[in-house]
Amino acid sequence: MLTGNAAAAWGVRLAEVDYIPVYPITPQTEIIETLAGWISNGVMDSRFVTMDSEHSMLTAAGSASATGARAFTATSSQGLLYGFEMLYAVAGWRVPLVMVNVSRGLSSPITLEPDHNDVLAARDTGFLQIHCETCQEVLDSILMAYRLAEDERVLLPIFVNLDGFYLSFTREPVAVPDVEQVRNFLPLYQPKHAFFKASQPMAQSAAVLGGSSYSYFKYQMHMASQNALAVYKEVCDEFETGFGRNYDTVEGYMLDDADYVLVMTNSFSTLGKAAVKAARERGIKAGLLRLRLLRPFPVADLKAAIGGKKAVAVIDQNISIGKGGILHSEIASCLYNEKHRPLLLSFIAGLGGKNISPDEFEFIITKMIEGEDTEDAGTAQLIYTDKEWQEMGRLKGMAGKG
Amino acid sequence: MAGNGAIKRDGGKGVKDMVMERIKSIKDIPPEENMLPGTPTCAGCGGLLALRHCMKALGRKIVIVNAAGCFTLLTIYPYTPFKNSWLYTAMACAPAGAQGIRDALDILIKKGRLDPDENLKVVVLTGDGSAYDMSLSSTSGAINRNLDFYYICYDNEAYGNTGVQWSGATPFASKTGTTPPGMLSPIGAELAKKDLFAIWNSHKPPYLATISPAHPVDLINKFKKAEQYKGPKLFIALSPCPPGWGIDPSYTVKLAKLAVDTGVWALKEAVFGNLKHTVVPKRFKPVEEYLKVQGRFAHLFKPVRQEGALNKIQEGVDEYWNRHKLLL
Ligand SMILES: Cc1ncc(C[n+]2csc(CCOP(=O)(O)OP(=O)(O)O)c2C)c(N)n1
Ligand code: SF4
Repeated sequence: MLTGNAAAAWGVRLAEVDYIPVYPITPQTEIIETLAGWISNGVMDSRFVTMDSEHSMLTAAGSASATGARAFTATSSQGLLYGFEMLYAVAGWRVPLVMVNVSRGLSSPITLEPDHNDVLAARDTGFLQIHCETCQEVLDSILMAYRLAEDERVLLPIFVNLDGFYLSFTREPVAVPDVEQVRNFLPLYQPKHAFFKASQPMAQSAAVLGGSSYSYFKYQMHMASQNALAVYKEVCDEFETGFGRNYDTVEGYMLDDADYVLVMTNSFSTLGKAAVKAARERGIKAGLLRLRLLRPFPVADLKAAIGGKKAVAVIDQNISIGKGGILHSEIASCLYNEKHRPLLLSFIAGLGGKNISPDEFEFIITKMIEGEDTEDAGTAQLIYTDKEWQEMGRLKGMAGKG
Repeated sequence: MAGNGAIKRDGGKGVKDMVMERIKSIKDIPPEENMLPGTPTCAGCGGLLALRHCMKALGRKIVIVNAAGCFTLLTIYPYTPFKNSWLYTAMACAPAGAQGIRDALDILIKKGRLDPDENLKVVVLTGDGSAYDMSLSSTSGAINRNLDFYYICYDNEAYGNTGVQWSGATPFASKTGTTPPGMLSPIGAELAKKDLFAIWNSHKPPYLATISPAHPVDLINKFKKAEQYKGPKLFIALSPCPPGWGIDPSYTVKLAKLAVDTGVWALKEAVFGNLKHTVVPKRFKPVEEYLKVQGRFAHLFKPVRQEGALNKIQEGVDEYWNRHKLLL
């Protein structure tokens, strides 16, 4: 039994990472403490450095990667934002850094529990993104992430995301693969494009003058990210051959014959699956699609999975203030030109770790059925229960704002 | 596909570092140029001149880690004036970039994945805005961890690349884009220049020195001395900046010299915190001689002479040298 954080640490250990610059933040810290312990006891041959900030941590991880070492780092919410400038920089260096983000809501108000505004803020940086539902998936995804990022057709850094508390501190049975088996799947990192050595001086990350050089390099990154879709399938197949577990870009649950589909990501998908099962018991043909790969966005797989469905409800555990759910916008743009596109509804739920209860799922599914009748998807719905409303009223009273 | 803005050079295997003895006169300065001419810096850039000397001392087996500033534009795709490697990071984090490279080189050599002959010295290169302000955290961390690296700060006493605005290194009474002398504030910058030397020295690094492009022998010998130490080796070069300081480009070296001769810029070094002055003028010239030739201090003389400010500046310099009991 391993927590999500311990599973992440095991992934890093099995990937035989050379270099780990860190900075503590809840709920990620257990990962770096676990690694520090292993390194201190000599079971892992890596260099571990506590930096002065996440900005420095990302810079050191990126520059070590640009020198030719396999690097890892991890953070959460405020830390991710503190290092934000360097996400774009490191992606532009075209180095295959693997970084775990343990999702946590962003201040203010400051909080500890998860939503995905942190990692989704990084969606345009050039980092690829894998989002996990289970502890096993966290470990496996780190191994897959190195393979994907280090592939010469890709050479972009990558996030492996897991939810704070709900996954980071949840214990689940996890199969820990054998290191020899991992070596077969993930060979030594020997970059041909990024190094610093005396015999072959190289300037990396030079300035450019003018938009045409700038655009060229940005287009290169976009095309590399697009390449990652095909490379992902290869990596996925090889992983399944080696380890017997399959992780496609998207995961369907009771999806094939479903009319009404919930779209979710990360650990709350488990709640969604239970709700789908309950709806099936009530005779509703519900299903769930969990997005696992968010960058590059798996457009074709998404279309194949929800094309022809009656209604789709995107449950965004994030909020783009002034617009609504981020994933709803992304999915809508994929479907716009489709002939047979489902009615697409938008719900905001689970912010700051707020539970999504069976009643709330039932409400969402009912809205899909009603929407299909009226052909009206409505606007983004901010999910909040009566009970929560009453409790908030009580708290406001205590704060003198009743 | 190499990373964005990657430029490769054929270095040829076995590039040897120059072995250098302590030098006595300007004639002993190594003639080899490790930085080629034709950079986009301004004519008479004092920082570039200081860097040129530093590069002679450091040799070619180095990687420069740069922060945002004027010198970021030394390497513009696909050109570089350097015969060595280079990584641009961002304004706040060049020392962290140095940490990653140093650690990676050490790991790769230790694990037998890199020939020890391929090893490089890691050299941070930033302006004062980065060094005095935004990089304080990352530099303090690097010094505290005893990172084996060089730091060269070319101190032009302002945010130069953005068009000369006030930085933590801007001296009292200097005019910059954000400290314009006016009716209500006739003095210009009202704050004193930070003492970065003292801040860095409080970490007791193995080697720390101030340098000047007008004192290349002192400069090269300081690098020579620093070489024996593993750990942080830090250099601050007061660097006249013609557009920022309001001087003719031909005046750079003279002014750099005047800064030392008036006592405004103390040439010194500290080994594990122990301070020593390396060049002490026999007789100090009045600070006014240094100020009156610079456009950035012109408002102290015209339309009205700012006696109070001028006295304060001279007193500050006297106080420094008195404190160190070196004022003759
Ligand atoms: C985070 C960040 N803030 C601001 C800037 C804008 N900027 C670029 S160069 C520069 C000035 C740097 O000053 P200094 O370190 O003194 O170097 P100089 O320009 O004088 O060479 C600034 C403020 C930046 N690049 N990054
Ligand atoms: S502005 Fe000053 S420091 Fe910058 S390049 Fe010009 S002379 Fe050099």
